[in-house]
Amino acid sequence: MLKLTDISAGYGAFQALWGINLEVKTGEAVAVVGPNGAGKTTLLRVISGQIAPISGQIIFEERNLKDLAPHQFVEEGIAHCPENRRLFPKLTVEENLKMGAFIPSARNDYANRLIWVYQLFPQMLERRHQLAGTLSGGEQQMVAIGRALMSKPKLLLLDEPSAGLAPVIVMHVFDLVRRIREEGFTVLIVEQNIQQVLELVDRAYLLEVGTVKLDGTAEELKNNEFLRQAYMGL
Amino acid sequence: MALFDFFLLEAIINGILFGGVLALLALGLNLVFGVVDVIWIAYAELVMSGMYIIYTLHITWGWPLLLAAPMAIVGVGLMGLVVHRLIIAPILDTPPINQLLATGGLLFFLQNFATLIFGADFRNIGLSLPILQIFELYISFSRLLSFGAAVLGMIGLYLFLSRTYIGTAIRAVAQDREIMSLMGVNTKKVYLITSALAGAMAGLAAILLVLQQDVHPFIGFSFGPITFMICVMGGLGNLIGGFFAAFIISQIISIGSFYGSTELSYVIAFVLFIIVMFIRPQGIFKRNT
Amino acid sequence: MKRYLLIAAAVSILALLPLFLVPVYYLHLLILVLIWSFIGTSWSLMGKFGIVSLGHGAFLGIGVYATTVLWNFQGLTPWIGIPIGIALALLLALLIGYPAFRFRVVGHYFALITLALGEVVRLSIIAARNITGGSLGMTPDRVQPPTDVSWYALQFSDKRYFYVIALLCWLGALLIWRWVNRSMTRPALEAISEDEVAAASMGIHVTSHKLRITLLSAGMTALGGILLGLYNQYLNPSSLSGISISLEIVFLSIVGGMYSMLGPTIGAIITIVFRESLRTYFGVSLAGMSESIYGLLLIVSIIFMPRGIYGAVETWLKREPPPSTSAGADPDPDPSS
Ligand SMILES: Nc1ncnc2c1ncn2[C@@H]1O[C@H](COP(=O)(O)OP(=O)(O)O)[C@@H](O)[C@H]1O
Ligand SMILES: [Mg+2]
Repeated sequence: MLKLTDISAGYGAFQALWGINLEVKTGEAVAVVGPNGAGKTTLLRVISGQIAPISGQIIFEERNLKDLAPHQFVEEGIAHCPENRRLFPKLTVEENLKMGAFIPSARNDYANRLIWVYQLFPQMLERRHQLAGTLSGGEQQMVAIGRALMSKPKLLLLDEPSAGLAPVIVMHVFDLVRRIREEGFTVLIVEQNIQQVLELVDRAYLLEVGTVKLDGTAEELKNNEFLRQAYMGL
Repeated sequence: MALFDFFLLEAIINGILFGGVLALLALGLNLVFGVVDVIWIAYAELVMSGMYIIYTLHITWGWPLLLAAPMAIVGVGLMGLVVHRLIIAPILDTPPINQLLATGGLLFFLQNFATLIFGADFRNIGLSLPILQIFELYISFSRLLSFGAAVLGMIGLYLFLSRTYIGTAIRAVAQDREIMSLMGVNTKKVYLITSALAGAMAGLAAILLVLQQDVHPFIGFSFGPITFMICVMGGLGNLIGGFFAAFIISQIISIGSFYGSTELSYVIAFVLFIIVMFIRPQGIFKRNT
Repeated sequence: MKRYLLIAAAVSILALLPLFLVPVYYLHLLILVLIWSFIGTSWSLMGKFGIVSLGHGAFLGIGVYATTVLWNFQGLTPWIGIPIGIALALLLALLIGYPAFRFRVVGHYFALITLALGEVVRLSIIAARNITGGSLGMTPDRVQPPTDVSWYALQFSDKRYFYVIALLCWLGALLIWRWVNRSMTRPALEAISEDEVAAASMGIHVTSHKLRITLLSAGMTALGGILLGLYNQYLNPSSLSGISISLEIVFLSIVGGMYSMLGPTIGAIITIVFRESLRTYFGVSLAGMSESIYGLLLIVSIIFMPRGIYGAVETWLKREPPPSTSAGADPDPDPSS
């Protein structure tokens, strides 16, 4: 479904990614893990078109996304749930979801999708008219994921959905991601909670200072000595 | 002397009516500031252009007023679009002060272009509406009409911003412009639409003003500065705050003119603005983020 | 050394010029150019550090009105009136500048506060119509008994006196510019204009640096206004204070280029020569034409030449990389600094 070949990217003169190769197959859940500042967020930004790569290719569903403007990536079927959730604090929950359904195809099916998202996250239904800025962190994360789902993406990008949440809530969020998988979505998730995320995904990549240091199936990585020592404290 | 000072009451009522127009004026400016993050220094001159559009269509070309007036909304709306596309968009990523100054150049251009075409004379659309008398109160019907239209305009804008996709997107951009492309929203397009909308608000304000005032090329100076003050006092980009600030300022001006002179009441309003800026730079009605 | 000889030569040529320039009209234009260059240079002292005032009309107006009112009603010679006028402008600058800088009112907000200040002064002048003549303006009384040359009242029927006075003031402004450029204030103000919080954390006293340059600029602007009033022998609130004239000061500086010492001067030359020639070309029948074209020129120059015409030429001459968009970086570093 998604294939990155030799992607390099950065901010101005600063280069954050160096020749990344990465693949996500249809129906898969893939994790990108790594320390702070490794370039995980940058990688997701490249995939969702926020940053144009310096070099390399992004092929999505057999199409090269090179010439698309940032806002056109959603219509191609890539939804990006950004780091720190980034809800619109002064819009209501429902208005936030509405923004997730901005593209024409989603707009035409808005009512159905709203019902569907409320079924996935029943708590959101009670809070639909509340301002998003007044929700708790966990609730905000749900709305952020719901907002990304409103476009019924082929590929869902999640950037550290568990960051800043209490352990109980973290479990809950991982549970949600599992359910989204079961709904048949292809997911690329960035996480710092390496142990937990490896329980969830099929394969994973370890990113260090802008390069892929390791990759393999979740099982392989769980048993990798280097990863266990350096990142899981085992 | 009556038990009750009718003249003062009249001043207060006029202040409220004037406040409606000011609130509408502030609304358009605030919209552009909140969404595009730019101050149109030439905003009042867009209103002036709208007044001349009505004048030209109605007086020179003989269109009926009910047809000529809406054209101001369309015409100035288009101007708003052009201003954004030609002047703001090319320099949107440069220091903010450049945008302020470029629209300052536009102010200068519009004033003098109007002088070139219409001369510096005062012109009016020759409409004389009756004065209403309620007990001993005399209220100008045109002011009442303006107030009503301003309120309708504001309700219309409110509905647009709260009910439509693009209206919601406009509010969303003001809160977090960076992630709009993740929603599949083209921010540039939102900016254009917002600018057109702000232009249309200026066009509506032009209708209200042309009902009660003569138009001349420099009329913008009489209400432009006060409009900026209102926006800032209400908290730039804060539509509700601007609305209330408009009524505060209009009361100061109206009651001040009643007791002293018009100039002094404006001086008080400006000084109040400066002081407010020192103690609450985010405006009286702070954005509740 | 050669540099100074060149400057000295240029100055003497300028000073001698009026002796050869017989037509009074050209002398008139020259005087206007010098006074407006002076005012533009004063404004740019702040503007080039990102402190954009849209209310310099306030300083322009308060100085000249104070001087003239004192002369007309108290018979006080401008020699005393001028310092009083400047002092009032400084006081006003202090009243507005200190809290503004103290409370970190910057950017748009500072621009709008100063814009309000300009309006306050303009409206106050109009409101005091008993002594200022309101919006109709006022004329300084002729010195009694009338003479052609009165140093006491600073009234001269021969324009050449004014020419020399304006020339000296303008040269003074350039020297001040140079002095600021070479002083320790400049790097401090540049740091402040880049990032005020960072500058403060580096131990730079933000408020005092900004205040000093503002006081300097306001005082000079007041003197500029007084020069205008004395030269024209006519004062009008909207042409000496308020938003309209404040914007014109800004425009003139920007068209020329506020980051360079001679930028505002070039701006004044362009503005005045351009407008005068368009005015004579189009005649009075097309009132507004010259200003409309000027307005378009302004917009275009801000979009395409944010450093102004002189700044653009200078950049081009130095073949520097394209100008950075950040305000405050000066392409005119003095060799000594
Ligand atoms: N907007 C930005 N501008 C400049 N550098 C950035 C920006 N965002 C991130 N970086 C830098 O890029 C590198 C990678 O950052 P990021 O992708 O956010 O890492 P991660 O998500 O893995 O923590 C870091 O060194 C960071 O400082
Ligand atoms: Mg990150």
